[in-house]
Amino acid sequence: MSASTDIAKNPAVLAMPSPGLPKFDYVRARAPGEVSALLAEHGDRARLFMGGTDLFVQMRDGVIAPKIVIDLKTMPGMTDIAFDARSGLRIGAAASMNAIAAHPAVKDHYPLLVEAIETVAAYPLRTRATMGGNLCNGSPAADTAPAALVLEAQCVVMGSEGEWTIPANEFFLHVRKTAMRPGEFLTRIDIPIPPEGWAGRYVKLGRNAGGDLAIVGAAVMGYPDKSAGSGYRFRIALASVAPTPIRVPAAEVLLAAQPISEGLLDEAAQLAEAAAKPIDDLRGTARYRKAMVRNLTRRALDDVWQQLQKER
Amino acid sequence: MTVHEITFTLNGMAQSGMVQSHTTLLTFLREGLGLTGTKNGCATGECGACVVLMNGEPVNSCLVLAVEIDGAEIVTVEGLAQDGQLEPLQQAFIDHTGTQCGYCTPGVLISARALLNRNPSPSEDEIKDALRGNLCRCTGYKRIIEAVKMAAEKEG
Repeated sequence: MSASTDIAKNPAVLAMPSPGLPKFDYVRARAPGEVSALLAEHGDRARLFMGGTDLFVQMRDGVIAPKIVIDLKTMPGMTDIAFDARSGLRIGAAASMNAIAAHPAVKDHYPLLVEAIETVAAYPLRTRATMGGNLCNGSPAADTAPAALVLEAQCVVMGSEGEWTIPANEFFLHVRKTAMRPGEFLTRIDIPIPPEGWAGRYVKLGRNAGGDLAIVGAAVMGYPDKSAGSGYRFRIALASVAPTPIRVPAAEVLLAAQPISEGLLDEAAQLAEAAAKPIDDLRGTARYRKAMVRNLTRRALDDVWQQLQKER
Repeated sequence: MTVHEITFTLNGMAQSGMVQSHTTLLTFLREGLGLTGTKNGCATGECGACVVLMNGEPVNSCLVLAVEIDGAEIVTVEGLAQDGQLEPLQQAFIDHTGTQCGYCTPGVLISARALLNRNPSPSEDEIKDALRGNLCRCTGYKRIIEAVKMAAEKEG
C-alpha cells in the first residue's frame, strides 16, 4: 500500500474514464455569495449538492448532466444542529439524517422526525443523505416531508437579497418543484417547539421493509387543546399520493370539531383518502394507494390517539 | 476538468493523491489505489457492496466523490485485520459460514463493524436494521446475522 500514492498520481490513472459519473467540475462552496455568483454564471449547467445521494444517482442514470457541481455542506453552519427550549430546533440544511436522528434533543423533543428518518433507505445512505436535500428534491415520496409538514417546519432560504423563510406547507409546488427561486438554496430547517402533550407517528408502506421509497407515507401528530370542540387538534400529512407531500385540512378540521370516537377516526381516514390524488407507478396503482392512505392514516391516528390518552 | 489534490488517512496510513472531480471514492479506491476489496454492485447506493467507513461512519462509496475525502479517515475491508490477525467479525464470518460467494462480504463487514462500534451488544432486530442496506443473494442472511451476534459476544 505504500506505493498507492504513486499509483494515484500516475497520469494514466488520471486519464482513466470513471465508470458511471459523467465529467463535471467540483466546487467546494465557502460562502453564500460565492454560490449565488456561480449559479448566476452557470445557470442550469450548475447543480447544488449536500449528501449527493439523489444527485449522483440521477447523474449516473443520465437524467441530468451538470457541468459544475457545487458542494454546499462545506459552508459554515450548514451541518449544525441546535436546540433551544424556546425557539425550537434549527437543522442545517446539510446536516446528515444520521446526525439529526442521533441528536439528543431531536430524540427527546421530536421523536416523530427520528421515526421518519429511520424509514429512509439504510444507515450507510443516511450517513450522507440530508433532510435539506430530501425536501429540496421536491419528491412527493420524501419521507421527512410529512414530518416537516405536521411539525410546521420553516424552510430558511438564501437568496440574492438575503435570507427568507418559507413555511413547509408552501414549500412544495409540484413534482421536483419547490418555492425556491432560481439562484436560491436552502440553508436551514427551523422546527418550532410542538404544542404541550403532543404525540406523533409516521407509518410508511414500501414494497419491502428495507427502506424502499414509499408507496404511501402518513404522518399524524395530535395534541390536547381546550379551544377545540373535541379537546384535541390533529395534523395529518401524506407522502407519495399527490404531486407533492400534502396536509389533509378537511380531516384535521373534523377531528377538532367533534368528540373523538372510533367512528370519527374512520371518517377522518376517509377524508385523507379523498384528499389523495395518487398515480399508478411501478410501486403501486392509484387505487391501491388510495386504499392504503385510508388504512395507514387510520393506523397512525389510532396510535396517536392511544398515546394521547395514556398521557392524560 | 478540475484535478484536486487530497490528503487523507487510509486504513491508518496518511496518504495523498490527485483526483478528478467526477471520480467516485469507489473508483478511486479500486482503480486508483488498487484496493479491490470494496466492491461495485448497483452504483446507486442500494446494495451496500461498496460500503466503507468515512470518519468512523459507513458510507456508500459509489455516492461519495473522491475529492470529498480530503482530510477524512477512510477504512476499507483491507483495514479491518491488524498485524495479520483477522478481526473478530471476520473470524466469526468464517466460523459461522457468514459468507458464500463473498461479493457482499466486504460491505457487510464494514456495516457490521460500524454497528458494533456504536452499539456493542445489538439485538437481532438492530443487526437486521443495520444490515438492511447490504444485499446478499446467497446466504439468506441467517448466518450473517449469527456471525455478527457471535462477534458481538466475543468482543463484549
